[in-house]
Amino acid sequence: MSAQEELVKQSASDMAAQLRSGQVSSRELVQAHLDVIEAAEPSIDAFLQVSADQALEQADAFDQRLANEGAEGLPELAGVPIAIKDMIVTKGIPTTAASKILEGWVPPYDATVIKKLKAAGMPILGKTNLDEFAQGSSTEHSAFKPTHNPWDTERVPGGSGGGSASAVGAFEAPLALGTDTGGSIRQPGSLTGTVGVKPTYGGVSRFGAIAMASSLDQIGPVSRTVLDAALLQEVIGGYDRRDSTSIPKPVPPLAQAARQGQKRDLKGLKVGLVKELGGEGYQPGVEARFNEAVSLLESMGAEVVQVSCPHFPYALAAYYIIMPSEVSSNLARYDGMRYGLRVMPPEGVPQTAANMMAATREAGFGDEVKRRIILGIYALSAGYYDAWYGSAQKVRTLVIRDFEKAFEQADVLVSPTSPTTAFRFGEKMDDPLAMYLNDVATIPANLAGTPAMSIPAGLSDDGLPVGFQFFAPQMRDEVMYRPAAALEAALEEQWGGPISKKLSTPWLDGLAQDSTK
Amino acid sequence: MISGMPTFTREEIKHLGDLARIALTDQEADRLKGELNVIADSITKVQQVAGDDVPPTANPIPLEAYLRPDEAEEPLTQEAALSGAPVTESGMFVAPRILGEE
Amino acid sequence: MAEKLMKYADAVAKYDPVFGLEVHVELCTNTKLFCPAHIEFGGEPNTQLTPVSLGLPGSLPVVNKTAIDYAVKLGLALHCKVNEWSQFARKNYFYPDMPRDYQISQYDKPLNGEGYLDVELDDGSIFRVPIERAHVEDDAGKNTHVGGADGRIEGADHSLVDYNRAGVPLVEIVTKPIEGAGARTPEVAGAYVRAIRDIVRALGISHARMEQGNMRADVNVSLHAGPDAPLGTRSETKNVNTFKGIEKTLTYEIRRQAALLESGGEVLQETRHWDESTQTTAGGRVKTDANDYRYFPDPDLVMVHVTKDHIEELRAQMPEMPRERRARLKKEWDFTDRQMQDAVNADAVDLIEDTVKAGATAAGARKWWLGEISREANARGVSLQELPISAQDVADVEQLIADGKLNDKLAKQTVSGVLAGEGKPAEVVKKHGYQVVSDDGALDAAVDQALKDNPDIVAKLKGGNMKPMGAIIGAVMRATKGQADAKAVSKIVMERIAKS
Repeated sequence: MSAQEELVKQSASDMAAQLRSGQVSSRELVQAHLDVIEAAEPSIDAFLQVSADQALEQADAFDQRLANEGAEGLPELAGVPIAIKDMIVTKGIPTTAASKILEGWVPPYDATVIKKLKAAGMPILGKTNLDEFAQGSSTEHSAFKPTHNPWDTERVPGGSGGGSASAVGAFEAPLALGTDTGGSIRQPGSLTGTVGVKPTYGGVSRFGAIAMASSLDQIGPVSRTVLDAALLQEVIGGYDRRDSTSIPKPVPPLAQAARQGQKRDLKGLKVGLVKELGGEGYQPGVEARFNEAVSLLESMGAEVVQVSCPHFPYALAAYYIIMPSEVSSNLARYDGMRYGLRVMPPEGVPQTAANMMAATREAGFGDEVKRRIILGIYALSAGYYDAWYGSAQKVRTLVIRDFEKAFEQADVLVSPTSPTTAFRFGEKMDDPLAMYLNDVATIPANLAGTPAMSIPAGLSDDGLPVGFQFFAPQMRDEVMYRPAAALEAALEEQWGGPISKKLSTPWLDGLAQDSTK
Repeated sequence: MISGMPTFTREEIKHLGDLARIALTDQEADRLKGELNVIADSITKVQQVAGDDVPPTANPIPLEAYLRPDEAEEPLTQEAALSGAPVTESGMFVAPRILGEE
Repeated sequence: MAEKLMKYADAVAKYDPVFGLEVHVELCTNTKLFCPAHIEFGGEPNTQLTPVSLGLPGSLPVVNKTAIDYAVKLGLALHCKVNEWSQFARKNYFYPDMPRDYQISQYDKPLNGEGYLDVELDDGSIFRVPIERAHVEDDAGKNTHVGGADGRIEGADHSLVDYNRAGVPLVEIVTKPIEGAGARTPEVAGAYVRAIRDIVRALGISHARMEQGNMRADVNVSLHAGPDAPLGTRSETKNVNTFKGIEKTLTYEIRRQAALLESGGEVLQETRHWDESTQTTAGGRVKTDANDYRYFPDPDLVMVHVTKDHIEELRAQMPEMPRERRARLKKEWDFTDRQMQDAVNADAVDLIEDTVKAGATAAGARKWWLGEISREANARGVSLQELPISAQDVADVEQLIADGKLNDKLAKQTVSGVLAGEGKPAEVVKKHGYQVVSDDGALDAAVDQALKDNPDIVAKLKGGNMKPMGAIIGAVMRATKGQADAKAVSKIVMERIAKS
């Protein structure tokens, strides 16, 4: 293994330790990842935009700062590079939401999370691919290109954040940010053998996250270890006065909880198995890995109980009313007036503002986005609001109550993250309903605003990664980090290292040859 | 209240397209018709449990609004504001001919 | 195309108008309703924007506390039920001047619920206007239509959009259907909107300049054949932005609808526009998506909580309301109804009050502000406040008169001098050497000369006919270049006549 390969295969927290001890510079870290990106992109296609110059500049600034002022007061991950889902606004770096309607838009401002990353001296490697406007579960709905799963490049990486998950899974970046509206961080995490966290709704500022469904969207970390995710969430989390839905409380001690979990002592912890998330529709290999992981939790002292969340089966239906309704309104602003694409109506059609907007939106949005906008318009229209949006919001109340009752019986809840492992390109493209079923286990957390995360639970019979999901009560994100880190440690002991040891990385071979030249 | 699942015609889909300001093609409208009919099944399911006694939830975390002090911050420059615009003129955004009221 | 109209008197004799007003008042906060962009009228286009008010992807609204406080004060002034919990909702429709293509407004949970406003009509009677709600929302940008005639939307080639106004806080005050005003419908409407203007000015929450679009009204009206007859179809005339326009819109619509109904026609439910140039309303386009704004609670915003304590704090800050204040001042100043109304219409109440505070009599203050100074303001096309004369200046002039140092004519000249920018009254008096000639030999001599020149008048005066006295005074004035005090002149004349 080349030194470069060894470097990029480390966890972010190990990279951070090397930065502080002076073994490696931020510039070297950034350059190593830029090299991987160059080598991997032809087969992975995780990035829409690589911001090499800015990243190197940021790295140099950090190295200078470290030399002059030392590391005091900086977050642990300071200087470690990161990739950003192209749903998050970055000043000076094109931001597209993987849509033709925003192609070429260069934002004049930074999202709050980007400001925080910059303040932490974390260089931004580039913007990662996604389903257009984060609408999809495979990243096939990107207007620009599909992203490939590093475990099998014939398969999807999940979605919508397939770009961030694949980039981290393929060692193109040690960390990434995603957005999770119905599972867009966790489901790709599950399909690519990476860690993905959806924090409590309001735990991370949404200011600068392009809105898909505002009451469900949440920015969160993508990483290869539980500790890395905890450290990253501590950097990006916390109260922001620019987001009215931001919780006015400090971030709970997440890294501390993860480090405690690494000791693999779960005595006194009650783990609730959600009865409704499993069984029919779940791949046998997924269920097998899940059950083994539950046994591991038990072996570390956790008490496992079964809990019932009777309204979870209705969550998917409620989600597919609330989400498109909010989408239909949030995506209205893409009208060809202020930014992005403008298409004039065809000849013979009056060249009016209204027709320009209709022509622009027809040309600029993909099928899935159009489908959701149309459904949302219908669900909100006069005479249907109460029956649709209103009823769906009631289901939301019921799902929240289910969680509350379940958390009276257990400290954390667990389930498989996704019913299946990664599927082939095109397999579910023509069947929206089958595609939507990918999110059946992830959606309840979005509806209820509870934190949830997915960590790798091993490989299914098909050799593809399986995800294990933890849920914690609202605003108690630290509660899930402890058992997640414990399970990760126990599994890695069984595997003899991280799951990525089992991943073949031909793109890194090229890198190794280059660096031995 | 609507009972059962709604069914859409091509014209209805086109009308929704007008409301959404999307110039749907006939082909798209026909395809959407079928897909929406399937997805719209959600409503039946949701209505099974959404009783009158259940209050709706708009925001999952019960918060009250932070009210910001009335203090100005640096605005965008005109150049930055117009930087993404498809067409500009005299420091303004250009709209094609506007018909009607709204 | 001219529409048929019924004579107004006939129309209101035959039908009862039922009308409603939606008055939009722009609040004069420092920054916008949902973002910290400073607001200034007439700034360079697109320079008062943050990512929020430009509707950039990813931006999020945060509510301005001052806007909420102002709106609560307005609610209290309108006797509204101020709701402790209110909610913003999205009103979805596409328009080029709307940065997000939805307006953030309030729907089923407005800040201010039901209330009323008592308005005073010209004859001093009071009409109670019932209010449905007064909610908070943000304004849209401004379109300038290019390539058509007179900047009108019709025939324009394209439009230029300035989003500076987008996000400026508005309160929309919605009345309930107003019945029973009959022939006085336009008067009630005008008085109501003026009353709102006076209230928001007294509260200091809006500049309330109609010409700058700080206040606009949507005017609804329908006719029905009698108290028991079903309500007619109503028309809605949008964005009327002058008091006269609101009154004329109602008069016109009542006449138009009456003529339509009379000829067996049907009133369309439509949006119309008041056209100042033709003094008519014109029908708008029938919208296919009319009234389907797909309201839903804005998920980017959470409930606004105004505590009972805070409402009481705001209530304690409320100034005296204009109608009450006027009644008090009218009494204190001993004005007639007409005089008070004139002062109100001229927007001179504050100035008169300040002038009285500075030492003048109310009658004196009124005479100046509604006389000379108003004429000058009209001639210049500006408000009284914009003229270079202060309440103190007027009080000083009055003092000079009281001290006998100026007569009416000189006082007018002094005021003219102040208005011409020559300085304070004392400076103007000094500069021109204005001085009343009243008790020295010069005046005696001038009177004697005038009597000598007009023996016929002297004869009449002696005969007890005092009418020609003015001619003598005039002659003395001419001789003294206007500096004589008329009273002193007539006193000397009377002495001379008595002696001879």
